[in-house]
Amino acid sequence: MIVEVGAFALLLAFVLSVLQAVLSGVGRRLSSPVLAGGGQGAAIASALAVAVAFGALIHAFVTSDFSVANVAANSHTDKPMLYKVAGAWGSHEGSLLLWCLVMTGFGAFLARARTGGGGGLPFGLKTSAVAVQGGLSALFLAFTVFTSNPFARLDPAPFQGASLNPLLQDPALAVHPPLLYAGYVGFSVTFSLAVAALIEGKALAGLGQGFWPAWGRWVRPWALASWVFLTLGITLGAFWAYYELGWGGWWFWDPVENASFMPWLAGAALLHSAIVTERRGGLAGWTVFLALLAFTLSMLGAFLVRSGVLTSVHAFAVDPERGLTLLAILGLTAGSAFALFAWRAPQLKGGVVFAPISREGGLVLNNLFLTAATATVLLGTLYPLILQAMNGSTISVGPPYFNLTFVPLMACAFLILPAGPLLAWKRGDLKGASQRLALAGALAIGCGFLGWLMFDPKKAMAGAGLAMGAWLVLGAVAEWADRIRLFRASAGETLRRAKGLPLAAWGMTLAHAGLGVFVLGAVAETAFKAEAALALSTGQSVAAGGWVARLDEVKIVEGPNYLAERGTLTVTRANGAAPRVITAERRFFPAGGQTTTEVGLDFRGLDDVYVVMGERRAGRDGRPAWTVRLYWNPWARLIFLGPAIMALGGLLSLLDRRLRLGVGARRKVKA
Amino acid sequence: MKRLAVLSALLVLAASPALAEPAAAPDRPLADAAQEARAQALFKDVRCVVCQHESIADSPAGIAADMRRLVREEIASGASDQAVREDLVRRWGDYILFRPPVRWTTGLLWFGPFALVLIGGLVMLWRARRRRATSTVPLSPTEEARLGALLKAETIRPDPDANRPHD
Repeated sequence: MIVEVGAFALLLAFVLSVLQAVLSGVGRRLSSPVLAGGGQGAAIASALAVAVAFGALIHAFVTSDFSVANVAANSHTDKPMLYKVAGAWGSHEGSLLLWCLVMTGFGAFLARARTGGGGGLPFGLKTSAVAVQGGLSALFLAFTVFTSNPFARLDPAPFQGASLNPLLQDPALAVHPPLLYAGYVGFSVTFSLAVAALIEGKALAGLGQGFWPAWGRWVRPWALASWVFLTLGITLGAFWAYYELGWGGWWFWDPVENASFMPWLAGAALLHSAIVTERRGGLAGWTVFLALLAFTLSMLGAFLVRSGVLTSVHAFAVDPERGLTLLAILGLTAGSAFALFAWRAPQLKGGVVFAPISREGGLVLNNLFLTAATATVLLGTLYPLILQAMNGSTISVGPPYFNLTFVPLMACAFLILPAGPLLAWKRGDLKGASQRLALAGALAIGCGFLGWLMFDPKKAMAGAGLAMGAWLVLGAVAEWADRIRLFRASAGETLRRAKGLPLAAWGMTLAHAGLGVFVLGAVAETAFKAEAALALSTGQSVAAGGWVARLDEVKIVEGPNYLAERGTLTVTRANGAAPRVITAERRFFPAGGQTTTEVGLDFRGLDDVYVVMGERRAGRDGRPAWTVRLYWNPWARLIFLGPAIMALGGLLSLLDRRLRLGVGARRKVKA
Repeated sequence: MKRLAVLSALLVLAASPALAEPAAAPDRPLADAAQEARAQALFKDVRCVVCQHESIADSPAGIAADMRRLVREEIASGASDQAVREDLVRRWGDYILFRPPVRWTTGLLWFGPFALVLIGGLVMLWRARRRRATSTVPLSPTEEARLGALLKAETIRPDPDANRPHD
């Protein structure tokens, strides 16, 4: 019964989304607040309907209703509750429903956004945006209902389900898709606002010079929120890959990872160019372009992952027919949006004047490098497909390619990054900025040298990379210290300035410093990690990077839906100091007949000692032995800490009053 | 307990899929540390042919172990890195290396990103020059006076970003 309610709610949501698009569209055309209000009501109702459908799907998973094909294919009665719930978005159909939930949910928030004076959205812009968002929702809901219905029944119902891929049965991966989708699909709102701004092009003249700064202010919170979600989602995914796959790596430039990384890069570029639009009314056309691009890349990612054109660990195995439908949706939405852009863009004259050395100039350079980086990832992901289609030759594009293209581009961007926030709008003082950064630069080079001394083997490039990470962190600190006049004014004055600093400024400092923290971790881990693998019987040990792991015992333990060989190991330094006991498992899931590894992680300060249990085999002396891999991953903690700091910075920025919809750009205070 | 026993048997079966392929022996590193380091670096560039976007350095598959052994043997026999790469490409095609070859068909792939930065940079410079030629007419004295009056009457909290270089 509940399943039928879900299926009906899903169909209803589709109808409501169509209604939302039509009512808002006609309401805009006739300038009728009543019709537009109806469209907004439909948007909210549609979100509620999808929420009901999603609840019904979760209910089916929780109660293990195997008469639903999707539940039978992805759940099992033995599965822990968390993974029963997470199974709801573990498949193509379920995750598509999650996609629709986020899309209509954001649409409902957009429909609730304030209109009118005092910083609210103008009637025309909002109504058009709600209409576009309704159209997008209708397309994706139609795709879900008619090609990938998660409520399809199975007759006869099997007694037991096929269970969720055990690799996905992990807490980090249970929350990874919702965060990722909140990010991906959040960009649909920036897309809708951008299309609305293009449609309203003719009316823009009436709004005068103030339109684009206001538009920038309306777009930025959505872009920022999406970017924060995407940052957290990607980081969780990388962390999952790190400790669940058991390869000791965290980023493989896998096509599906790239698919999530492209909207992130475009979103980061959008955040920065929207600042210029918001503060100076400049780069309007470019910001609109990026707002369209971010969601286009999200949809491209969805197509790549779900169409089966890519071979990847993460790809949903889905038939090409659905892929073609998705490609059609992508072509229709992105194609018409970019055509509209090409038609209307020449009318979008920002017309602001700034010198090349200025805050605007710095942000433009940021955008140049971020866009080139996005293009690099796009080329690297699609080129093998394109080349194969053109002349049948197969190539592989992997880490060595990105190390030679993406990394130098980013290095150039990082080199100039700390100077940007120190430059004034319109015309900056490069000499002054470099004087204020001199100390940070000198310290960063010192840090690089220290790092070079600290690690073996000596690698000059790694030293330079560490200096770059330190430069980002120290540059952010220098800018912050400069703002609050640290040590240059009295303590009281400094404190007063720190208190008066807008949240957005704290957010920027944190985000830039977090990037530096990430670079430090990524460089140290990539350049200096050490590994060793040996077949160990109990009592024997393996050593890598100054650490020794001794296999104490191996037991067979029974989990809720798996059996595991659990190895207990003692990790010590090479001289036997600082012992700590950890466990690593090799799990076998009878439901799917798959095995997974549960890595033993020993946190040592910023470093990880990482132990993977391998297969059982016959040892030398006839005793059983297990292949044990030991990794020493220096500073691995920073790789995941850095993006978390970046997301926190984004969140602080989002809480800034100036960015909230409906709040006046400037408050009058007593002079 | 009986269930545990049955599952244990299953586990052992799964752990050593003896019927399909014997468990790969752990790699035997080369005796010469410098040669081993070269081999390790090469592993990262070589794609495991049966896996999904994994290098033979990461892959647990049996064939990846065979490929690692092959690379080590060739390095031990004195082949240069380039010779090893060429041999791998001869056996499996360009697909085997994660670093695509530089050819005219891959020109866009390799040089596209840098060309984009170059073109973008040139466009920016060109626009900046054009803008400088047309911009900034100095204010007339009456305009200056109006601006001064406006600034004096300003009751809005000054934006901390807006006038920083002047403070």
